[in-house]
Amino acid sequence: MNWPLKKKNNGDGNSNGHIIEMLGITKVYDTGKIQVEALKGIDLVVDKGEFVAVVGPSGSGKSTLLNLVGCLDTPSGGTYMLGGEAVAGLDRDQLADVRNRRVGFVFQNFNLLPQLTALENVEMPMLFGGMGRRERRRRAKEHLDRVGLGDRVEHRPTELSGGQMQRVAIARALAMEPDIVLADEPTGNLDTGSGSDVMSLMTELWGQGRTLVVVTHDKTLASRAGRVVEIRDGVVVTDERAVA
Amino acid sequence: MGRDFSVIATLFFKASSLQKKRAILTVAAIAWGTVAILMLLAFGEGLRHQMVKARRGMGQNIAVWWSGETSKVWQGLPEGRRIQARLDDLDYLRAKMPSSTGILGEMTSWQTTLTWGTTTITGRVTGANWEYGEMRHHYPQAGGRFFNANDQRDKKRVIFLGNQLAEDIFGEVNPVGEILQVASVPYLVIGVLNPKLQMGTYKGPDEMGAVIPITTFSAQWSRQWLHNVVFKVGVAEDMPRAREEFAQALSAKYRFDPADEQVTALWDTAEGGKTLAAEMRRFQIFLGIIGALTLLVGGIGVANIMYAVVKEKTREIGVQMAIGAHRSWITGPFVLQGMTYTLLGGAFGLVVAIILVLLFQLVPVEGNDAIAFLGKPTLSAEIAVSTAALLGFIGILAGYFPARRAATVDPAETLRYE
Repeated sequence: MNWPLKKKNNGDGNSNGHIIEMLGITKVYDTGKIQVEALKGIDLVVDKGEFVAVVGPSGSGKSTLLNLVGCLDTPSGGTYMLGGEAVAGLDRDQLADVRNRRVGFVFQNFNLLPQLTALENVEMPMLFGGMGRRERRRRAKEHLDRVGLGDRVEHRPTELSGGQMQRVAIARALAMEPDIVLADEPTGNLDTGSGSDVMSLMTELWGQGRTLVVVTHDKTLASRAGRVVEIRDGVVVTDERAVA
Repeated sequence: MGRDFSVIATLFFKASSLQKKRAILTVAAIAWGTVAILMLLAFGEGLRHQMVKARRGMGQNIAVWWSGETSKVWQGLPEGRRIQARLDDLDYLRAKMPSSTGILGEMTSWQTTLTWGTTTITGRVTGANWEYGEMRHHYPQAGGRFFNANDQRDKKRVIFLGNQLAEDIFGEVNPVGEILQVASVPYLVIGVLNPKLQMGTYKGPDEMGAVIPITTFSAQWSRQWLHNVVFKVGVAEDMPRAREEFAQALSAKYRFDPADEQVTALWDTAEGGKTLAAEMRRFQIFLGIIGALTLLVGGIGVANIMYAVVKEKTREIGVQMAIGAHRSWITGPFVLQGMTYTLLGGAFGLVVAIILVLLFQLVPVEGNDAIAFLGKPTLSAEIAVSTAALLGFIGILAGYFPARRAATVDPAETLRYE
């Protein structure tokens, strides 16, 4: 299915409702001897409030796509607008600011900072965002409350279960109220029980009107999404919306 | 800027939980290096003080002139004339040398028989003006004195002995008040030299000679010509002018070219002092370099550990970048950490060095030749400042290079797990 690209607007980025606008995105890894084409022309438009599952076999380019969406990496070709803002040509610190304000990351192995408490982990993006200490604390507590960990604020990652760690990570991802939450196999390292907890949490976030892009092998998780994009060999092969 | 600082400070305080054993070893390495450099510099400083003191043992800011032979034809007079000052030139020179604060003449008799009771030895006897005591640092031991202007005017037969010479003749007996036969003429011993550290000599060490009033000497040996002339200036800077005045006055009287250095060449201890100071400075720099290298090794240790930390924390660095850390917020805490370890080690080292220096102050000098010659280690503000600057520099380097490594972490690469 093709999604018609609307004209780029100037100024207010989200007025057309597109959070992600990717057109002809390619990514080539130059390993010196050989060039690996990980993405071969991806067109992808995601609107505000969508829950998109990106599926595909290993090595298909899912994670590369997610890194580009999250501005962890820059495309080799094509145009990418995130929240109406062109990402090309930004320097490292500017990209860091874009990630900080617009993107929340959730990783398969949680990637919490081990020496910090749950609260401090959630505070971290707000620290980078230049928020004052008191405001950070208040918001971090709120976010932890929302993911059901209001009683674990002073715990360090090693004192938490996998499911709890992932919920802290989700609270961290939401800390700056980003345009989009990106998750890379968020249930991949969790047992079934914790996995379904996290899935429910993601569904709940979607219900609150948040935009989510989730890379997953997990069919159950993918089935909860409103839209499934399948990638194979660096191109989108199917793009299906669930019938509401 | 303010935000950068608060972020870096926050991250630094949150993240500085390095393994304790590593941290302690790192700090110890820096502390050791600091002790090494401080003690080397302190010993150098002590030695410098001692050298300067020893140099001054002979007298401070003095010049010694013996005699000379003209090497240039001058006003119709031939070259090769011997120029030697006489006793009665001293008043003339004193009048013509306003830059000088003192001038005296010396006459010397070598291998003079000195007899006390049944003991006879031969020694050096110098006839000098009474100012010699002060200008040539001939300070008496308690119970004795140097001869004065009256002794000189009255041609008194009084003698002042070097401490070693006194011991050779009198042994355990107090020489002051004893009668000593000098070339069969009786002299009253009035004083013995207080032992002193002396580096420069021109007749032999002062402790081995005897001094009598120049007038007495002149009468006993029927001599007018001076073996050498000594003059003094108040501050070293006055010496070149005093030398010029000396050359002018002498050349005017004996009719030779004042620029004839064959005649006017003399031993300028003020100049020699400058050379010594420069040499000691070079020596201290040499010691400092050795210490600095030790400290540098410690710094490399810090950098090494910081590299290991960066490697261990690669994933955490990637995560911080992913959630929006600027490059400087990643590098800043590492630089701070390297600085902290270095400065902490430096502080420990400083404390240890101060304790060592204080302990050395307690060691008695008496009977300890090594300490008497080398002096005691001394710390100075200069040493402290240069060591602190070096520590800061090494600390920055020790943190900077690992931090630069941290900044090159590619978050996309780091967070990939497939």
